[in-house]
Amino acid sequence: MRRAAASLALVIVLGVLGPGLAAAPVDEQTVHAIAANLRCVVCQSLSVADSPSETARQMRDIIRERLAAGETPEQVTAYFVARYGDWILLAPPRRGFTLLVWVVPFVGLALGLVLVAVAVRRWSRVAAGRAAAAPPSEVDAATRERIRREMAEGGP
Amino acid sequence: MSRLRWLIPLAVLPVLGLLAYGFWTDPKGEVKSPLIGRPAAPFTLPTFAGTPVALEGLRGRVVVVNFWASWCVPACYEEAPVLQQAWRDYEKRGVTLVGINVQDKDEAARQFMEQFGFTFPNAMDVGGKVAVDYGVYGVPETFFIDRKGRIRERKVGAITDEVFRGHLERLLAEPA
Repeated sequence: MRRAAASLALVIVLGVLGPGLAAAPVDEQTVHAIAANLRCVVCQSLSVADSPSETARQMRDIIRERLAAGETPEQVTAYFVARYGDWILLAPPRRGFTLLVWVVPFVGLALGLVLVAVAVRRWSRVAAGRAAAAPPSEVDAATRERIRREMAEGGP
Repeated sequence: MSRLRWLIPLAVLPVLGLLAYGFWTDPKGEVKSPLIGRPAAPFTLPTFAGTPVALEGLRGRVVVVNFWASWCVPACYEEAPVLQQAWRDYEKRGVTLVGINVQDKDEAARQFMEQFGFTFPNAMDVGGKVAVDYGVYGVPETFFIDRKGRIRERKVGAITDEVFRGHLERLLAEPA
């Protein structure tokens, strides 16, 4: 009798917990993070996370469902890319041609810095050279001697 | 430095190149579907008529999958007669046309089918899973699937009789 009661209790506990266990809890923040990187296909410049459209809502449901089925965020994103192409990604992928978008600004910045450094060095060298090469009125020894003498004599 | 000054105007060349590329690219050009040539995603849906329709069961036939909605004005209304006529002409030649109704209300969808006398299988894609599986942007969109079950053509927007028959004849001409 006691055993029967215990197994009944177990059945009830499993009955209550079972469905909860089966549907793995999906982190809504993960859903949002995936949706925020996907372009809403029926909008202009909106992500699936931000769009109020029916299509975007359905896509969020699909993201949630795939996560619940045990897929990783990368797999969920790959699912959409396989169907819509890279176009659906709001950030261009860091490979192939679109890698340029990520690299070129930094290359440009580096080149600019090098250019500025070279220019600054050149300008400062020119300025220093000018200062060194041109003590404005070089007075020759004879003239200096004459000035010294005339100063000593107290004028002509 | 000043000897190389003439190089400075050359800096505009990459910018001009980029602009030229941008102007020569058709801004309305359809984004190419990565699904062309790939196996069509299987689906099983209950039709409005009550019997289920499964893509798997249609292997060996040329299949046309058309996504539509009753609120899609005017494109879906323009192409609806083309669909029904093509179904009449091609059903016996080994072509199956499947209509997939998206984001619609049951009653409005049924009214649409009645208006155009649709006799081919039509099913509602509740939740939009089939549409996403086919990378559908909007309605109407039409996919042509060959006898081996691969997506071969995709048409975005209202399809004309000429284009429809052209794709079908080409796929039917291929060896089974």
